[in-house]
Amino acid sequence: MIWMTLLLVVLVLAALWASMTTALLRAALGLALTSALLAVVMFSMGATLAAVMELSVCAGLISVVLVSVTSLTQRQPLKEILANRRSRLRRYWPLPLVLIAVGVALSFVHAPVEIALRVPTGDGDVRTVLWSLRQLDLFGQILILLAGVFGVLVLFRKEAKHDD
Amino acid sequence: MSHLLLLVPFLAVVVLNLLPKRARGAALWVSFGVLGLEAAAAFVERFSSIDSSAFAWLESVFGFRLAADHLSGLAMLCAGIVGMVALLVARRTLKDAGEKFFFANLVLVALVGINGIAMVRDLFSLYVFVEVTAIATFILITASRSGAANRDNQVFEGAWKYIILSVIASVLMLTSIGFFLLSAGDITFDAVKGALGAPGSLTWVAMALFLCGLFVKGGLVPFHGWVADAYTAAPAPVSVFMAGIVTKASGIFALLRIVSSTMGSALPGREILLVVGALTIVVGAFLALGQSNMKRMLAYSSVSQMGYIVLALGGDLSLGILAAGLHFFNHAISKSQLFANAAAIEEQLGTLNMDEMGGIGARMPVTAGTTAVATLSIAGLPPLAGFWSKLLIVLALWNAKEYGFAAVAILASLVTLAYFLSLQRRVFFGKTHPKWAHVKEAAPGLLVPVVALALITIALGVGFPFALRVLLGGGA
Repeated sequence: MIWMTLLLVVLVLAALWASMTTALLRAALGLALTSALLAVVMFSMGATLAAVMELSVCAGLISVVLVSVTSLTQRQPLKEILANRRSRLRRYWPLPLVLIAVGVALSFVHAPVEIALRVPTGDGDVRTVLWSLRQLDLFGQILILLAGVFGVLVLFRKEAKHDD
Repeated sequence: MSHLLLLVPFLAVVVLNLLPKRARGAALWVSFGVLGLEAAAAFVERFSSIDSSAFAWLESVFGFRLAADHLSGLAMLCAGIVGMVALLVARRTLKDAGEKFFFANLVLVALVGINGIAMVRDLFSLYVFVEVTAIATFILITASRSGAANRDNQVFEGAWKYIILSVIASVLMLTSIGFFLLSAGDITFDAVKGALGAPGSLTWVAMALFLCGLFVKGGLVPFHGWVADAYTAAPAPVSVFMAGIVTKASGIFALLRIVSSTMGSALPGREILLVVGALTIVVGAFLALGQSNMKRMLAYSSVSQMGYIVLALGGDLSLGILAAGLHFFNHAISKSQLFANAAAIEEQLGTLNMDEMGGIGARMPVTAGTTAVATLSIAGLPPLAGFWSKLLIVLALWNAKEYGFAAVAILASLVTLAYFLSLQRRVFFGKTHPKWAHVKEAAPGLLVPVVALALITIALGVGFPFALRVLLGGGA
């Protein structure tokens, strides 16, 4: 239980780092770390397939895409970086405090949940659900990936042309 | 047969990308052909009943659960017509061959999304296909480099607002699906309908979240912030495609489907639809009234007209669905026509600022005439098509004894007429400014689609009883 709590604390810190840092590359790494920690939490809760999915897609694939895109961006002048940092600190400094306060407040709430919950239909195995029952959604996901590929092609092409 | 509407555009994308580079100029026409087939398919009577023999092998390979009805036919018809118009506008206004190629591909990807939205029968599949459409559209907005060089930031801002609000909508919809799985045990439309019939607060929270998600996707007030930026920033053909079908299919058509498939006549959420619909009509109309940029005015006008469709769903349900379906079609036709006309004006004048225009009606008579047809139809003037759909909306509200909301619908039509008359006056009427002495009528490539759309609006208005039977089979 203690190590799980520690894991969750580190996970929240990594997520905060990802959202607060001014460097895109560090933000991408923060997200990858958050995803990897979440995958560990999922493993420990017995959701093996979900954990594998989280690790491969979020921690792996998305990080690769983010790092690639970051490599295409241009460095800001130092003056702008400093101005942005000051403005960001001014606007967002209460965010971590609010987050911690909300977390602590929620831990004291013991709302009784009295809803008659029913077990979803299907045999519960993710593979069966994905390949047999939800083929249509899988087709939709292939299309989303295809659209994403077009996006990368178009934007990378644009950047290359600008460089010329 | 329903499978083909998903598979044909998908296979067309695959084939287009296997073509050698020199043959890629054909992409727009291949896409045009697929959209033509789509529009033609909408006229096939009892679409889903011709699944069977010839395509049975497809069913065995793809276990898709789809069903096409008259509402699906309506969405497919709109997607086909609007898509073809957008491609013709792209042919004329996009200068780069690569841009044209990617535009044709992404329209086909979005088309699969729209067809999926039209034919699915459960909430999760609906969500997936709404996402397919949203992502293809996001890339469409950002992809083009046509237009002013300093427009890049504006384009990115519009696209960014669209995708961020879209993601928020997705979160709401996914949460809702989770709640439905917990309370109803399943997410098919039939299961959701059953769950809504039984008491249980979780089910209604789930429905409220799903509706909110669709309100964001449809750009309804108070979630309308992204619409004007996205429509204005997008290149001309993307504006035509987005305003004509994308926003309508992923927000409003999905809402129409949910209401018609999952909610009975004793609809406790009816008040939400009435209030959101009326608010959207009024706020959208007054925001349109204050605009100087032609595309922004058209964008806010779209927001206002979407409110009419939602308001209709809050009235007498059977008549309301019919009225909403008809207004969906009318608005898709007229608004894509107006955005195509805006593209023609921008091409000739190099600006969309209406304060700088004036008197160009004499120089662009066809554009001025077709704009008048579309604006008067949207304002609800007889005998144009828009009059009939607005009349049915008012009747649906009257039958449900919602007299106050019926009055709002009628009064807001006057505001619609006011801002469109202001548009006509500022752009086309008056003495031609010497600055525009060189302006010529738009190229035939842009005139053909807008004239065709204007003729549809007139024909649908004049031959209303016959057209209604063809379009909706006498009722949804």
